Amino acid sequence: MFWKNMNNYTKKTLNQFLKPKNRGKIKNPDGVGMVGNPVCGDLMKVYIKVGKNKKGEKNIKDIGFETLGCVAAVASSSITTELAKNKTLEQASKITKDEIVESLGGLPREKVHCSVLANQALKKAIEDYRSKSPASASASAKSSARSASAESASATGRKRRRSQAGKAF
Amino acid sequence: MKRMYLDHAATTPVDKRVLRAMLPYFTNKYGNPMSLHSFGREARKAVEEARSKAAGFFNCSVEEIFFTSGATESNNWVIKGVVKASQSRKPHIVTSAIEHHCVLEACQGIEKDGLAEVTYLKPDSRGIISVESVKKAIRKNTILVSIMYVNNEIGTLEPIEEIGKLLEEKILFHTDATQAVNYFNCDVKKLGVDFLSMSGHKIYGPKGIGLLYIKKGSLISRVQEGGSQEGEMRAGTHNVPGIVGLAKALDLVKKDKNILQLRNHLISRVLKEVPLSRLNGSLDKRSPNNANFTFNNIEGESLVMLLDKEGIASSTGSACSSRSLEPSHVLSAIGLKPEEAHGSLRLTLGKDTTKKDIDFIVEKIKKAVAKLREISGNVLEEYEQLH
Repeated sequence: MFWKNMNNYTKKTLNQFLKPKNRGKIKNPDGVGMVGNPVCGDLMKVYIKVGKNKKGEKNIKDIGFETLGCVAAVASSSITTELAKNKTLEQASKITKDEIVESLGGLPREKVHCSVLANQALKKAIEDYRSKSPASASASAKSSARSASAESASATGRKRRRSQAGKAF
Repeated sequence: MKRMYLDHAATTPVDKRVLRAMLPYFTNKYGNPMSLHSFGREARKAVEEARSKAAGFFNCSVEEIFFTSGATESNNWVIKGVVKASQSRKPHIVTSAIEHHCVLEACQGIEKDGLAEVTYLKPDSRGIISVESVKKAIRKNTILVSIMYVNNEIGTLEPIEEIGKLLEEKILFHTDATQAVNYFNCDVKKLGVDFLSMSGHKIYGPKGIGLLYIKKGSLISRVQEGGSQEGEMRAGTHNVPGIVGLAKALDLVKKDKNILQLRNHLISRVLKEVPLSRLNGSLDKRSPNNANFTFNNIEGESLVMLLDKEGIASSTGSACSSRSLEPSHVLSAIGLKPEEAHGSLRLTLGKDTTKKDIDFIVEKIKKAVAKLREISGNVLEEYEQLH
């Protein structure tokens, strides 16, 4: 690309940046995902509240984000929350970075990593919810008294894994 | 919407008087100064008059002024041309870590090619290169010291005259005066420099024109071949309108006390009224048109874009605004953490900036910073607690 500077955001990206949707923390979230690092300049945190749709499938009832970052980071976060809201956890886990970029009408090449981060933050929030809630490891898991106790037995192990994973980002 | 331009360190508008001086050289007096005929002669006369004006401005002789396409070319020429002309097997160059990329990348290039060794001096936390550090860095094989006069990002004023005295006549001394010409004395004899670079478009002149002062007798080779222009030192057809415009712009440079007051008003209001803000670089040793702030918990590109929405043109040292995705090398060199460099905002005033503009801008900065902090919440603090 001949022009390597950043003054070529799409209108959609700028609109998402100027009027971000689902901005801010949500109270008592069921899952939280934080990604990025201050060295590269982008930090994102996604909060989800899980509910059930009419079919009884678990879905993202509410979602919020906090982002310290550039125009593309804020816009990617905002559009990701819009894409995920009211989707089932299954559907939301399948959102790709390309979908995010497309929804913004494209991103400068150097900024594509922002869409990756937003996607990762969402996935982490869903993972976080799943790791905390006993019966939700998979959609087919039917919670019985037995499996619930098995879940709680392994919960500490999972917690430790999560804190290790936290250190890696 | 009224637009306000606070990015004069990036470029300036062409002064109408400069434009007027240039215009005849596009369509009427369009000759090539190297031609023998009358068209050539009138163009040549314009170039030599411009050279004479430039020599007056820098207090040197006309044979010491070489027109180039701008400071980037001038700086490249000095670094590469001095190394090329050097007799030493492996010469050594001293420069600073806060130079413009054109100096740094030219130095890194010759280092990579094994043509010279380079020392990059660190500034102190105020952004000043000490004379002492230059003295310490000098080696037996040092052939060139290149230190900028005024830094383009944080506006800090470097002790050029003192370094000139230290080096005397023994080692070639270059200064990139691009950001200094408008506001500081550029008498090359007073400064004690052998080379001085500058650009037209930073002083209300046109883009694509600049010059290099080369003190008579300095050992430097040409780096651009292909013609006998500029005493066979810089090939390429003269940019006649540009050269005329550059000379006119130099003519119009004058002391402006007002700009310092306005800049100080801007700094004091921002530091007082925007929470968690600070000034980057020394306040005293600083170009009168430069303010560079860091605001915690915000990212600079986002701030620039929010201000742009309000018609305010500014700039940032944030990684996100550059293709490298690395924060400003200048802000890093004065000790800012990456997240602090990311949250930087540079405002550079010009001769048309008013107090009313500044007051408007401060209000908009306050709003924009508050908005971005709402979006970012406490993520940085939470991240730091985790790590």
